[in-house]
Amino acid sequence: MKRLPITKTPKVYVGGAFIRSESGRTQPLADASGAFVANIPQCTRKDARNAVEAAAKAGPGWARRTAYNRGQILYRLGEMLEARAGEMAAAIRIGGAGEAQAHKETAAAVDRLIYYAGWADKYEQVLGSVNPVASSHFNFTVTEPMGIVGVIAPDEAPLLALVSLVAPAIVSGNVVVALASERQPYPAIVLGEMLATSDLPGGVVNLLTGLRKEIVPTFATHAHLRAVCGVASAAERKTLGTGAAESVKRTVLRPAEEPADWYADTAQSLYPIRELLEFKTTWHPVGA
Amino acid sequence: MTTLTAERKKASGRNGRAAPELIFGDLWEFDPAPETADPRLKPRYDLFIGGEFVPPRGGKYFDSINPGNEQKLAEIALAGPADVDAAYAAAQRAQAEVWGRMPGRERAKYLFRLARLLQDRAREFAVAESLDGGKPIKESRDFDLPMAAAHFFYHAGWADKLEYVAPGRTARPLGVIGQVIPWNFPLLMMAWKLAPALAMGNSVVIKPAETTSITALKFAEIIRDSGLPPGVVNIVAGAGETGAAIVNHPAAAKIAFTGSTEVGKAIQRALAGTGKKLTLELGGKAANIVFEDAPLDQAVEGIVNGIFFNQGHVCCAGSRLLVHEPVADVVVAKLRQRIRVLRVGDPLDKNTDIGAINSRPQLEKIRELVDSGVKEGAEMYQPPCRLPSKGFYFRPTLFTGVTQSHRIAREEIFGPVLSILTFRTVEEAVEKANNTAYGLSAGVWTDKGSRILKLSTELKAGVVWANTYNKFDPSSPFGGYKESGFGREGGRQGLLDYCQLT
Amino acid sequence: MSLLSSRSAFSRLADEVGTVDAVGVEERVAKYTTRSIKKAAKVQGLKLAVSMLDLTTLEGKDTPGKVASLCQKALHPHSDPDVPPVAAVCVYSAMVRHAARHVADSAVKVASVATAFPSGQTPLKIRLAEVRAAVADGADEIDMVINRGAFLAGEFDRVQDEIAAVVQACGSAALKVILEVSELETYDSIRFASFLALRVIREGDFIKTSTGKTGLNATLGNNQVMIEAIRDHYLDTGVAVGMKPAGGIRTAKQALQFLVAVKETLGDAWLTSARYRFGASSLLNDLLRQIEKEKSGAYQAPYYFTEAAESY
Repeated sequence: MKRLPITKTPKVYVGGAFIRSESGRTQPLADASGAFVANIPQCTRKDARNAVEAAAKAGPGWARRTAYNRGQILYRLGEMLEARAGEMAAAIRIGGAGEAQAHKETAAAVDRLIYYAGWADKYEQVLGSVNPVASSHFNFTVTEPMGIVGVIAPDEAPLLALVSLVAPAIVSGNVVVALASERQPYPAIVLGEMLATSDLPGGVVNLLTGLRKEIVPTFATHAHLRAVCGVASAAERKTLGTGAAESVKRTVLRPAEEPADWYADTAQSLYPIRELLEFKTTWHPVGA
Repeated sequence: MTTLTAERKKASGRNGRAAPELIFGDLWEFDPAPETADPRLKPRYDLFIGGEFVPPRGGKYFDSINPGNEQKLAEIALAGPADVDAAYAAAQRAQAEVWGRMPGRERAKYLFRLARLLQDRAREFAVAESLDGGKPIKESRDFDLPMAAAHFFYHAGWADKLEYVAPGRTARPLGVIGQVIPWNFPLLMMAWKLAPALAMGNSVVIKPAETTSITALKFAEIIRDSGLPPGVVNIVAGAGETGAAIVNHPAAAKIAFTGSTEVGKAIQRALAGTGKKLTLELGGKAANIVFEDAPLDQAVEGIVNGIFFNQGHVCCAGSRLLVHEPVADVVVAKLRQRIRVLRVGDPLDKNTDIGAINSRPQLEKIRELVDSGVKEGAEMYQPPCRLPSKGFYFRPTLFTGVTQSHRIAREEIFGPVLSILTFRTVEEAVEKANNTAYGLSAGVWTDKGSRILKLSTELKAGVVWANTYNKFDPSSPFGGYKESGFGREGGRQGLLDYCQLT
Repeated sequence: MSLLSSRSAFSRLADEVGTVDAVGVEERVAKYTTRSIKKAAKVQGLKLAVSMLDLTTLEGKDTPGKVASLCQKALHPHSDPDVPPVAAVCVYSAMVRHAARHVADSAVKVASVATAFPSGQTPLKIRLAEVRAAVADGADEIDMVINRGAFLAGEFDRVQDEIAAVVQACGSAALKVILEVSELETYDSIRFASFLALRVIREGDFIKTSTGKTGLNATLGNNQVMIEAIRDHYLDTGVAVGMKPAGGIRTAKQALQFLVAVKETLGDAWLTSARYRFGASSLLNDLLRQIEKEKSGAYQAPYYFTEAAESY
């Protein structure tokens, strides 16, 4: 008799732990042929809130890590993904991608992590400055992470887009609460398992699966999130902008109507890092 | 210094002699020293659209009054939606056909010219600024005007070097920028807004605050004299409705706003989902932290400069003094002495340190918050000084015994009112400083270098002044964290908020 | 020697009296220069400055004749009887007896530099002998120099003990302690040295910026640091000490700025020659020119005014 394989119960990675939704709700996930794959946690407003709490706990410590250390941890995450590329590709294939496409996306995601890992100890040198003020003061501008960032991943390129949004956020010391692709959440489930083994402190990246219509409004109004970035429809952009106004939150949103080419060279640069930074300028007198 | 205070207490007890006091009386009183330069005001100011002064389509004007004596100075055209529309049309045309295509080196020359022409007429503008806004002539003459000119001069040099602004990408203009500026530094805020926008190749529709439109419209004369292509800068005056028309106009690629957090939030709400870019420079409730090892006399000077500069109408004002418990008494005593010699009165008198509150509503707001401080049990000190009988004036005010939960410790007063709190440890200082929705600026005073660097790292504020306060420079980025807004003005960082990267 | 007791005298004094931020001081005093003193206030300030002058001649070529004409000018600076005499004439100790003769029976005091002015580099007993000789010859006030070498070497006790010894030698004469700020260099050191002196001198004594014999003399900055020290000492002990900026103050405009600093830092009680002096020579003529100009409305030519001594 053929051995019955053990199927994995998908859990989301929040606060360094693998959890199901506090609501107990799940959504059945089917593959491209319509066959049942697994029950995906349907995270709620409260799960989002708990994830923000977890992120808030992890934030200061992550921001205090040296840039060198953050770079190494992002590189380590790339190593984990590379080592388990086959498993990730299988997760991507659930959404209907062919084998070659799934491997291409996985490889691109690894490369993207390596790209941002390298920025960790360099962006400051490009973005910061010493400013020649016209008085007897030493004046310099440095960057700082904003804090907790909400990430909203699109459905296309469910792994690569998610990684492309999360990596530039965390490389500078931000912490993230990310909502995975609603239609293709499985790669995010697998990514969570890799995050857990990558030396990334728990709570730095928190991945939620569930319905955009439930989570997006929470991202919009949760005052502790200092920025929201990702891909959003016109209606979601309005919701996010309106909610963000209540706490003067930054929004960095691409229109869902114009899908981006996440594989392009232009999909990665210094500027996604910059968009999630604060600039702080310090003055001090020069005198004996 | 702790030993000094302790000794003083002993001394006052000894021999039953009264504690020594300093006398700040009228033994040598200064005569009035009014600035006499002619501000060359016109009785009526029209809108500046498409390079010309045009009357408002609605035919309405409003009065601008001198807050120093409540006299009418001039009447200002009230721009309605049709005027704003015309301004955007002129701006779009100018940006698309002339300004956006002009080589950077040529744009630079116009900006240099604006700087020079403003320097030429600096004293005239300073007088106009003090008349219209109430700030002491000393400040408009020595700060607002030179700094406004410096902003044009600094940004002029960027106009032909934009390829160095964003390494790896090309910085391109956004198009037409809608700008709304506040009444506390009318001309300077205009310079902060115009200079980077123009250097980057954008055109502008800008609205000065309704109580302080005169210098903006006088600046239109300089724009005209400079030969700047018509429509590159359009100036429309009015209050909230005019501002809303600017913010909501479909031709705006970006809105840049400086003002209250309340209005900033309304603007962000209005722009939700429109795709327009936005930068906000909003309110603040800055902590100025003084440690026991600080150079105390300079700290006191910095505290005074931090809260009484421009009558406290400064978004980054150091309105919360956090003083280390061991030196709290000494610092408060020194502060009381120092503010005894601040001169409150006629903004045009060259010796005035604190001029007029910008408007009656602002004066009422200050009074209301100060009353709340008294009611909530904080101890108030105001030096005995005579105030002019006409005009909007308020004495420099210290509150001691303030806690984090007092309204005067949480709400932006935007007036010459300092709330004094104490702390015991570094951690407590940082926690109290950051315990606010705002995050524009902070001050720290200590002789210990490593402590300065620690605090400048941990204070959640866009500008940290260490052993100094309220310093500004066009090359130095300015802007806030949290509900103090986003985006920076000044420096290379500020330019990046006025372009798109391709 | 234990680690704690070997901490430098500088850091111990810094802990006690606090430090000074140089840029902050410069910013504070820049505000004095923007004060606009007009009309009656200007005339009052100019006359006050005249009354605070230590009219000085300190040259190798000084003679009894030169001192005599200086004294004449000190007693009657101007034909206008409203212009007061100056506070004192300030001369070398060898000239004291000549000066004393000329100003006897007037309010004008005789001040003598002593203690091997300007360097102070002779043995203490010689410096003290000079002080006693000057007092014996009729000096009302002694301008001493501190031992800068000892100060910079951190021998604060020695600096202070020497000042205390001079106080003794002065007897009833008032003492002005010259810090020679240009050799102390930093505002911190100026504050420290001020306190070393303040703690051993008496009510009615002075601290003074400079000898006038080095590159940098009185500035608004070092004046500020010293009057803040005087203020702090007064508020702590009740002992009111005077201040004398010296050297480099040549114009009436400068003098008024120094007076503004006094008015806004020490208050009205220091706006008197008993507590504030200017050590200067050419300043007097500019004060007189400006007083005359305020009276007549016309700018004055320099040759209307006598004794335009160029050297300090």
